[in-house]
Amino acid sequence: MKKTLCLALTLAFIMGVVGLAQAQTMKINGAGASFPYPVYSQWAHKYKELKGVEVNYQSIGSGGGIAQIKAKTVNFGGSDEPMKIEAQQESDLLMFPMLIGGIVPVINVKGLKAGELQLSQELLANIFMGNIKSWDDPAIQKANPKLKLPKQAISIVHRADGSGSTWLFTHYLSQISPDWKAKVGYGKVVSWPTGIGAKGNEGVSANVKRMDGSIGYVEYAYAIKGNLTYAKLENKAGKFVAPSIETFQSAAAYADWKSAPGYYMVLTNQPGDNTWPIAGATFILIHKTQPDAQLAKAMLEYFDWCFNHGGDIAEQLHYVPMPAEVVKMVEASWTQEVKADGQSVWQ
Amino acid sequence: MREHRVLRFFQLWPQTGAESLGDIGFRWLSGCCALLVPLLILAIFMQLLYYSIPTIKTFGLGFLFSQTWNPVTQEFGAASSIFGTLISTLIAMLLAVPLSMVIALLLVELAPPRISRVIGTLIELLAAIPSIIYGMWGLFVFAPFMADYVQPALGNTLGFLPLFQGPPMGIGMLTAGIILAFMILPFITMITRDVFLLVPPVVKESAYGIGSTTWEVTYKVTIPYGLVGVLGAGFLGLGRALGETMAVTFVIGNTHRISASLFAPGNSIASCLANEFAEATEPLYVSSLIALGLVLFIVTYLVQVLSQMMLRRMYRAWSVGL
Repeated sequence: MKKTLCLALTLAFIMGVVGLAQAQTMKINGAGASFPYPVYSQWAHKYKELKGVEVNYQSIGSGGGIAQIKAKTVNFGGSDEPMKIEAQQESDLLMFPMLIGGIVPVINVKGLKAGELQLSQELLANIFMGNIKSWDDPAIQKANPKLKLPKQAISIVHRADGSGSTWLFTHYLSQISPDWKAKVGYGKVVSWPTGIGAKGNEGVSANVKRMDGSIGYVEYAYAIKGNLTYAKLENKAGKFVAPSIETFQSAAAYADWKSAPGYYMVLTNQPGDNTWPIAGATFILIHKTQPDAQLAKAMLEYFDWCFNHGGDIAEQLHYVPMPAEVVKMVEASWTQEVKADGQSVWQ
Repeated sequence: MREHRVLRFFQLWPQTGAESLGDIGFRWLSGCCALLVPLLILAIFMQLLYYSIPTIKTFGLGFLFSQTWNPVTQEFGAASSIFGTLISTLIAMLLAVPLSMVIALLLVELAPPRISRVIGTLIELLAAIPSIIYGMWGLFVFAPFMADYVQPALGNTLGFLPLFQGPPMGIGMLTAGIILAFMILPFITMITRDVFLLVPPVVKESAYGIGSTTWEVTYKVTIPYGLVGVLGAGFLGLGRALGETMAVTFVIGNTHRISASLFAPGNSIASCLANEFAEATEPLYVSSLIALGLVLFIVTYLVQVLSQMMLRRMYRAWSVGL
């Protein structure tokens, strides 16, 4: 009796597994940048509920994402650092922006509240260069006549790990300060003139919160979540703006995507009165020649859903969805460039 | 005679009349399993060496002595990381070894058995805490404490030394060394305690019998008897401290710079790898990081070899031991 039951259960289990395997629908795999991971995983969760299509995304870092999509071990890769058009063509890749993020300078100075301190381009560069050493420096006081600034040393906190945030931040500093460009340059890790390094956005926000007189830079979502004091920045138009979803989107909207081959676009220092100066997109990489038309179509349908219906989820997590005009352009390039068996996948 | 034994070990046929097939099988199975360890170490070493070739070719020996670490210009030098690894480990050892010895003596000689057991268990618990917890605790609890109390006090009293100059930021080489000391303390303490426990009771009882006090027994019997073991425990802790990653990364400050002050931020080989490996894409950058790993591998190996040699020499010199 017991034996029969055991046998029946085993059989049922095997049949169940086989049944699952048959019923298993499309599975799309991706890997790459960790910055957009919270949004990508929420999107994938929601999309599976709605359409039954499973999307896996492993946050292993941009470098790993690029390596894996090149090796074709995943269906799409994610990268915070845009890839030049030549490099895309070399590996038969198509890159497009998926989400926008912004880098926000955060401070911990006694008596200053969020958005009170205004930093001009020159001030920001000089502080991180180590030229301005104290918060009551005449240059800072002059730009903020109404604030009472303490006589306290400025401690700089930067990222120690390789990160897209550092890339964007130093890219911006290189644009606004020739001195920075010559002495430091930009990259995911740079040789900082001064300051301490912390691991991850969490590390920077923890250190800034803890140390009086510190200034650092974090992703917008961490500035909001950590309730950190941000500073206003001067943009290209000479206006002081606060970081917000609107000012990031303004950067993406004013950016001249049409004359950016392969969507190679860095959203730092973009024009527009209401534009946040240090914004950046995170990108998706897919192969132009897709081996499986059905899978390719399912993947693009998923991205289309993310663009058109994923905005709320992204904003809840303090990330910024792409503006509609850019989405249109991206989908047009899918039609043009993504092919399977010589046919356009996206019509 | 010696080679003979090695040869005999790998014989496929019975060595004596009494050896059965099972004996041969077991001999081979255990031999192969044990062989895995040297093979693995050799494989890791070869792999590290192979991927370090671009760095060795580009920078040569200068890699070990250059302080520059600039991924933007693709110039790499390991000096600051090697320096940081050695200094943070040195601080940890200076604090942890004497402290562990005192704790172990308390557990063995002074404390009543019940208390000794409780404290022993607590120390074992300390060893089970994951290093990331030490790191978080170090950053959120210990670093502010250092910044508010310890560093200002050191600066005020010993500030004339270059070691204790600079702003008290809470994180830096000193904090990293102290956190490391906390982490290796339980290992060293537990081994030291076990070593002291092995001192033959007869010897101690004889000492008491001729009228020695507890202090005299401790000082003249227990410590000399266990000293070799204590040193061994210390080297075990040293090996762990050299390679410790997460906790150090949180509190060392992660700056590629050599400073005289212990308050200043620095970095270690392990923390540099933890920080920068994931997002490194340029081939020379990746190769330099792997070369750093190779340096750590060699340093750790040398420390182990040196410690073995020292232990053997001391063992012979004192001709006491366990």
